[in-house]
Amino acid sequence: MQFTFSEEETLLQQSVSGFLASHAGSAAIRKAMEDDGAGYDPALWRATMDEMGLGGIALPPRHGGAEMGQVGLAIVMMEMGRVLLPSPYFSSVGMAAQAIALAGTDAQQDALLPGIVSGETIAAMAWRGTGRGQAPAARLDDGLRLTGAAGFVPFGHAADLLVVAAQRDGGGIALAALPADMPGIAVERHVSMDLTRPLSTVRFDNVALLQEHVLGSGGDASAALARTLDLARIALAAEQAGGAEAVLDLTVAYTKDRVQFGRPIGSFQALKHRMADMMVEVETARTAAYYSACIVDEGSDELEEAAAIAASYCSEAFMDCAGNAIQLHGGIGFTWEHDAHLYFKRARADAVLLDDAASQRERIAGMIGLERAA
Amino acid sequence: MRTGFTPEQEEFRVEVAGWLDEQLSGPFAAIRNLSSMSAMIPERRAWETALGEAGWSAIGWPEQYGGRGANIAEQVIFAEEYARAGAPGRIGHIGVTLAGPTLIHFGSEEQKRRFLPPILKGEELWAQGYSEPNAGSDLSNIRTKARLDDGPNGPEWVIEGQKIWTSLAQHAQWIFVLCRTEEGSVGPKGLSFLLVPLDQPGVTLRPIRQMTGDAEFNETFFDGARTAAANVVGQPGEGWKVAMGLLSHERGASSLAIQMTFRNELQKVIDAANANGAAQDPLIRQRIATAHAGLKLMRFNALRTLSKGDNEMLSREAFIHKIYWGTWHKKLGELAMDVMGAPGLIAPGPDYAFDVLPHLYLYTRSETIHGGTNQIQRNIIAERGLGLPREPRG
Repeated sequence: MQFTFSEEETLLQQSVSGFLASHAGSAAIRKAMEDDGAGYDPALWRATMDEMGLGGIALPPRHGGAEMGQVGLAIVMMEMGRVLLPSPYFSSVGMAAQAIALAGTDAQQDALLPGIVSGETIAAMAWRGTGRGQAPAARLDDGLRLTGAAGFVPFGHAADLLVVAAQRDGGGIALAALPADMPGIAVERHVSMDLTRPLSTVRFDNVALLQEHVLGSGGDASAALARTLDLARIALAAEQAGGAEAVLDLTVAYTKDRVQFGRPIGSFQALKHRMADMMVEVETARTAAYYSACIVDEGSDELEEAAAIAASYCSEAFMDCAGNAIQLHGGIGFTWEHDAHLYFKRARADAVLLDDAASQRERIAGMIGLERAA
Repeated sequence: MRTGFTPEQEEFRVEVAGWLDEQLSGPFAAIRNLSSMSAMIPERRAWETALGEAGWSAIGWPEQYGGRGANIAEQVIFAEEYARAGAPGRIGHIGVTLAGPTLIHFGSEEQKRRFLPPILKGEELWAQGYSEPNAGSDLSNIRTKARLDDGPNGPEWVIEGQKIWTSLAQHAQWIFVLCRTEEGSVGPKGLSFLLVPLDQPGVTLRPIRQMTGDAEFNETFFDGARTAAANVVGQPGEGWKVAMGLLSHERGASSLAIQMTFRNELQKVIDAANANGAAQDPLIRQRIATAHAGLKLMRFNALRTLSKGDNEMLSREAFIHKIYWGTWHKKLGELAMDVMGAPGLIAPGPDYAFDVLPHLYLYTRSETIHGGTNQIQRNIIAERGLGLPREPRG
C-alpha cells in the first residue's frame, strides 16, 4: 500500500504539466476551438504524441508504449483536464486504443496500435446510438454489412480510424476497427455545447466490412466493450478531477483579488465556505480517479465498482465546482471571454458522454446487494 | 502508486487477525461486537490490559515506548482487522491516540516513563479537557486558570475553572487540561498543558444527558484541584502549541477503524432496505449507492494522507477528513430513518434507548459539531488549504 506517486509517476506528472503550461494556455485553446479547422492544434498533437510519447502511456513496449498503466493515463488525463486541452487524445488513446488492446487479436493489435501510439493515426470510438441511451445502435449482419448510426463520437470528424460497436444480427456485440474513409461512411460534425471536444454523428450505409476489420476471432465482444467503457470512465474521471481542480484554483485566485465592501470577497464566509466544499470535492475526486486507476493496474476484481464510483463522483464534483465557479466569479463568469464557461460546458459533456452518474449509481446498487422487484 | 498490500503485509494481517480472533472467541467473547461505548467497563479495561501485554495497544508508537514502530501500512491493517474482528471500541482511546502521542512528541523523558506504560496497559484511562462553556469553536478563549503554589508535597499547580464535553471522564484517572497560567493573557498565549489526576476533592464531574438519552459526556469542575508542578507538558505558556500538535495526531490510522464501523452500519441499512422493501425505491437505491461510494472514497482519502507519512508537511487533503466523515455519517443516519420509515420511531423497550439505526440518526447530529464544527472546518480548509483571507477577529 503506497497510495502516492512513485518517482516515475511524479516525473510524468511534472513533465506533462510543464509541457501543457507552456503550450496550452487559454489563448491556444480558444484558437483551436473557435477555428473552423481541425478543432485541435495538429502541431501540438504531434508534440504530445511524438515528443512527449503520451500515446502509449498505458500500453506495453511491444506497441511502443511506456507501460505506465491506467495510473499513467490518469496522470496525463488529469493534466489535460486542468487546461481543457482540445485534443483527440481521450477518444484515440483513452477509448479506441483500449478497445483494440482488449478485443483485438495479436495481429490486429500489432497492425493498429503503433499508429495510434505515435499519433499518426487518430482513432475515435463510435459505440452508442444517437439518442439518450448508451447501447450500440449500428447493426452488423451476417454478411458483414454495417448499417445505422453512432452518435456523440468525440473528434469523429478528425478520425482516421473508427472503432465501431454494433449489434450482431445473430446476437451479441461486434467491435470493428475500420478506416474512416471507407465507402458508405459519412461523418457529420456538429456544433457541440463543449467546443473543446466536438462531437460527430457517424452514419454507416451498408458498409462492406472484411473479416479482418472485426476485432477478435469472431466471438461476442460485449465484455470487451463494457471493459473499454469502464476504462474510459476511469480515464475521464481523472480529466474531471483535473478540471474541477482548475476551476477551484481560478475561483480562489479571483476571490482573493476582487474587492467589494472594502474586503477581498474571498474573506466572506458565504464564499469561502462554498470554496471549502469545492475543495472537499476536488480532493475526493482526485482520490477517486487515482484509486480506480490503481484498481485497474492491480488486476483487482473490483474494477467495475471502482469505475462506477469514480464516474459518478467525479462527474458530479466537476459539474458542481464548475457551476460554483461561475457563481463566485459573478458577472464576469457569465461572459464568453472568461474561461469559466468552458469548464462548465466540459463538465456537462463529460457527465453524459459515458452514461450519467445516476446510471452508475444504479450499477453500484446492484453490486451491493440491493434487491429489486421480482 | 498502489492500493494493495505486499505479501509480508498480508502475513502481518493474518497474524493480527489470528490473535484477535483467539482472544475474542476465548477470554473476551463477552465484549465481541459490543456497540455501546458505556457498557461493560471492567471487561473492556481488562481488554486494554490484554492488548498492552501482547504489544497490540499502540503499534505505531516507537519500540522504546512500548509500541512496535509499525509503519503506516501495518497500522492500516491493524485498524481494519481490529474492526473486522468485532473488537470493542477502545475505552483507552484518548490515552492511546491523544495523550500518548503528545507525550511522545512533547513530553520529558520522565513524563514518558511515568505515563506511557499505564496507558498501554489500560491501567490509567485519560480524558480530554479542552472545551469550556465559553471556549467552543473559539477554543483559545479559555478561562480555566492554574497557578503554582507551594503545597505540603512541594510546588503544585492549583486549578480553578470548568471544562465541558469531557467524554468518558467518569471512567478516567487522568485528564489533560488546557488552562491559562499567565495572569491577564488572552487567546492562545499564556496557556499551559497540564496533566491532572481526576480522583481528588477539587474535581467534580457532572454527566450531561445528550439528545440520544445517553450520558457519555461530562462537565468537569476544578475547584482548587491540584497537580504536581512537573506535570506540565512542554514549557508553561506553550500549551497552545502542544494542544495543536495533539490535534494533528487525530488524523492517524485510527480513522480507518471508524470506517469499518461505518461499513457495518451501512450493511444494516442495506439489510433493512431489503427486508422492508425500501430497496425497490429508486431514490433510496441512489442514496444507498451514494453512501457506499462515499465510504469507499473515505477510505482512499485516508490512505492518501497516511501514505504521505508522519514527517512530511500535511498536504491540503488532510484538512478534509473531519468534515467528510462527519457529514457522511450524519447523512447515513438520515438515510437509515428514511429506509425504516415510521417503525424507526419506536424504542424497543421501556427506556429511552433506541436500536442501532435510530440511535445513529440521533447521535450523528453531534459529529458535525464536536472536534471542530463543519463551519470551523470550512474556515480551516479555506484558510489553510486554499490560502483565503482569514476571518476578522473581534
